[in-house]
Order: sequence, then structure tokens, then C-alpha cells
Amino acid sequence: MAKGIWIIAEQRGGTLRKISFELVSEGRRLADQSGQPLAAIVIGHQIGEEAKKLAAYGAETIYIADAPELAAYTPEAYTAVLAELIKANEPDIVLGGASQQGKELAAKLAARLSTGLAMDCVGLRLEDGLLVAKRPMYAGKIYAEVVCETARPQMVTARPNVFAILEPDTNRTAETVPVPVSLKPEDLRTTLVEELADQSGKVDLTEATCIVSGGRGMKGSENFIILEKLAAIIGASVGASRSAVDAGWRPHTDQVGQTGKVVNPNLYIACGISGAIQHLAGMGSSKVIVAVNKDADAPIFQKADYGIVGDLFEVVPVLEEEFKKIM
Amino acid sequence: MNILTCIKQVPDTETQIKIDSGGKGIQTADIKWVMNPYDEFGVEEALRIKEKTGGKVTVIGVGPQRVVESLRTALAMGADEAIHVDDPAADGGDALAMARVLAAAVKGVPFDLIFCGQRAVDDDNAQVGAALSEQLQIPLLSVITKVEISEDKTKVKVHRPVEGATWVLETSLPALITTQKGLNEPRYASLPGIMKAKKKPLTAKKLGDLGLSPDQVGEAGSKLKIRSLTPPPERQPGKIVEGETIQEKGLLLVKLLREEAKII
Repeated sequence: MAKGIWIIAEQRGGTLRKISFELVSEGRRLADQSGQPLAAIVIGHQIGEEAKKLAAYGAETIYIADAPELAAYTPEAYTAVLAELIKANEPDIVLGGASQQGKELAAKLAARLSTGLAMDCVGLRLEDGLLVAKRPMYAGKIYAEVVCETARPQMVTARPNVFAILEPDTNRTAETVPVPVSLKPEDLRTTLVEELADQSGKVDLTEATCIVSGGRGMKGSENFIILEKLAAIIGASVGASRSAVDAGWRPHTDQVGQTGKVVNPNLYIACGISGAIQHLAGMGSSKVIVAVNKDADAPIFQKADYGIVGDLFEVVPVLEEEFKKIM
Repeated sequence: MNILTCIKQVPDTETQIKIDSGGKGIQTADIKWVMNPYDEFGVEEALRIKEKTGGKVTVIGVGPQRVVESLRTALAMGADEAIHVDDPAADGGDALAMARVLAAAVKGVPFDLIFCGQRAVDDDNAQVGAALSEQLQIPLLSVITKVEISEDKTKVKVHRPVEGATWVLETSLPALITTQKGLNEPRYASLPGIMKAKKKPLTAKKLGDLGLSPDQVGEAGSKLKIRSLTPPPERQPGKIVEGETIQEKGLLLVKLLREEAKII
């Protein structure tokens, strides 16, 4: 019978990403509720020491798949390693991250294991041993509760920045289990040729805890500098509405909305964004929304916790000054 | 190069989504249906590759009769053929069930490359491409913004944005690529294109034609089931920060964020 809760940790360049700690923390909470053991899986190369960090968050077993071919993530190789390990141990629940890497990996893995996967979840609870997963659809215009009744493991990916990280307890220890790695040629068809680093150094919008976004009211790409300056003061990432992206003022990767990124920050400051339904869907789950817009009737004010009716070109520099005083 | 593009029909992104009386689906009356925006990038990229290398582009869609509109749109853009799986039993499945239908539908159709949208903007599932790559046992490249086919047409090199970086990945063909905004600007169907599309082959298939039984697909063949749908928590309109001057408003907002919202 399937037993145990597993989390698929995520590392890049030999360092565990924040989502891994969110996953192990949520895994711990589910393990405590259900009395099941909690294990983490870390895949990479020379990642043994880094992997042990997960013990402090409650992982009782840490499986480590370590091989030079696994240094960089590729979907086929990582799926092969995970599928074999899961088939051999039959965990009841497997949690992955709804990051770029995690979503792809979980989708491929669930298909290989022929089980159900709830993608990009924002809430998890156990009900008579069944994992009930809450996930947004239509970019958050609707929430669904989904279950996988018959197939095992029950798989979900957790949206970054939603599940709280537990206080680490360094007295906790975990058993580490090396995973034998044997990859077939078809597992190594895809290779990472190179990684082009994003020079901005900003946290990606999907993981940002604070976002300053600009829309049509920005009037041009050159004006985004005022948002960049404000963002630098409060440690925010800069986003954009679809109209700003379609106008060519910002790259596609900055777009927040139903056909862009769905974001989940603690603070979202919308500047010169009127609030089309597609945009509101993409940022509607932000904890606190601030809107700055000249038009007092703009729909964004219906979603915003705080609004300033005014010219963003006057308001944003003032906000920058005021934040500077207290940050 | 023979290229397959999978398309899904979804409610236009301007649609206000309302839950139906059963509580597990949405009200579909009066919805304007469109090709999933991410799938348009797949159609466009397939056409661009075909224009360079020759070959054929086949589009595949699953769903009720209205899906023909989206398939005709793809044909009008320049695709050569369309396959429509038109069988109510095939609708409403999870990613595994949908991939099973698509894999069966492309059986016997030669291909070097398959495009799928990175996700559909209705269920936001981002799984069908991955599940199809598993069914067909071909490499998967997800959320791609640049595609380069090698000169000997045996490999593909792609750009994949991830958090804080872009990965340049290479794999062997045949492969499956899921498409992302930034890959290209999809063309509009021209009037001559629309006229031509009417004469292009569009084959409708039933589950029986694909060798599938109703219990393997749709909701019956799904592992993941929707238990309930709920509207998102209602956001109450908040405070308009008042003040004589912009300075006063700015000062008050920062104070509210700190003391009331306790966010900074």
C-alpha cells in the first residue's frame, strides 16, 4: 500500500531554491496531520551537503540522486530517476514546485506514472487520507478543488510564495539515502547547451513578494525608469500590463495577466493600469493591491486595497521618497 | 518537415466566468470561443518552419462542432490539413485522457515536430504537452521562446526562459515543443487564406475511428477529478487615499501600508 509523503526538491547550480523549503514545510504539515513519514528527493551533482539542509525543516529521509549527467536539470533524465524511485517505494503523496522546472517535471512524471496531477495549487488539505487540492483556473477567475481518488501517488505542484516556510530546527536529523542512477540513452537526448543569465538580477515575477507594475499610462518604455527606481527602494520586481508589453515597452517575460504571468506577491503596486479583466485575473490574489491612476473610474480601484487618484509621474517619485525614509 | 500543432478552443480571455448549476463546470451560454492564445504561437511557428524547409502542417483539435471554427482559422493562416476529434465522450478529460486522444489521433500521421501551447488559458493545467510527449516517447521542450532547426533537420535548439535565466536546450527530432509568448507574432488569416481554407481537408473522427473506448477518455478516463468550483474570494474596494497634495497622499499611503496593512 502506498505510504509516505515525498517532496521533489529543486536545485539550480547546486543550491536549493526557495520553493524546496516551501515544499518540505508543507510536506511536514501534511505528514504531521496524517502520521506518514516525510521524505525529500534531491537530484543533481555534488549536492549531498546542500540536500541535508532539508532535515531542519522536517524531512526524515533525504534521497540523493547524484551524477554528473544530473548536474543541470533536463526533463527526461530527471523524470527517469524519479519514476524509478517512486515505482520502487510507492509514496502516497508527491509534492513538487509549480516553478518553470517543477511544472514540466511533475507533468511528465505524472504521465509516466499514469496518475493525476493537480497543478499550481494554493491550498492543500487531507480528508480521510485523500489529498484535496485547491487550484486557480482561468488565471484565478475561478478556484477548483480537485482529487485523485484511485491512482497513486497523489501528485500536486505548489505555487511559489504561497506555502509558509517553517522555522528551521537544526536539532532535527534525517537519514540520507543515495539513489543509484542508471540512465538510458533516451534519457539523455536533451542537453543544456548554455544558461544565459538574466542581467537584471531581479526576482522573477512568479516568485516576487513585491511587484511594481506599469500599464498604458506609462506612455513609453523610457518612463519605466521611475518604476525601476521605486522597485529598487522596496525590493520589488517590475511587471507590466499586456498593453505595455504589446506596445513593445517591456519584454514578454514581464507581462502580468491571463496570457502572461499569474503573480502572488504580498504587495502589488499598479501604476497607470486601468485594470482589464485579464490583468485583474493575473494579480487578483496579491495580498495587498495599491493602484495609482489618473482616472478615478478605472476598474483597478475596485480591486485595490489602497488607491491614489493622481498622475503617476507625480505620485511614483513621491512614493519613492516616502519609502526611502522608512526602508 | 512534417509538423503537427495541437489546438484547443477556450473562452475568450475577456469572458466573465460563471459556475454552472452542477458546481463542477462553467456556464457556456453566450461565451465567445477562441483558439487558445498560446496555441496560435504553435500554428505560426509551424508555418514559419514549413516556409523555410518545406513539408506539411497538420492541426488537431478535440471538442464539439464549434472547434471547427478554430481549425478553419489555422487552415486560413496556412496549415494544410486538420483533424477534428468530434466525440462528446472525449471531452472534459484530464491531461492524461486528452493526451491519449491526441496520441491516437496522430497515429499514422508522420511528424518531425509537435507544437502545443504551454498551457490553455481556461484550465491553466500546463500538462497536455508533457503527457503527449510521454505517450509518444519523444523529448519535451516546454515554454519555448525561440526555435532553431539544425540544417540536417535532425535536431532542434530552443530558448527557454526560467526564473532569472534563459536555458538554451538542444534535443533530437522528433520532439514536442510547448510555446510561449515572445516566440513569434501570429499572423492574421488573409481573405484569400480564408477562401482557400474552405477547400482544405478537415477530417472528423470519432473515438471508434481512433481505436479508443469511451472509458479510456474524457471524465471516465481521468485520474484527476474536479470536486467543486468556487468563485475567488471577493475583494472589497479599498480606500482612496485622500490629501490636499500629492505629498500628503504619498505620505499617508506609506503610513497605511506600514501601520494598517503591515506589509512593509
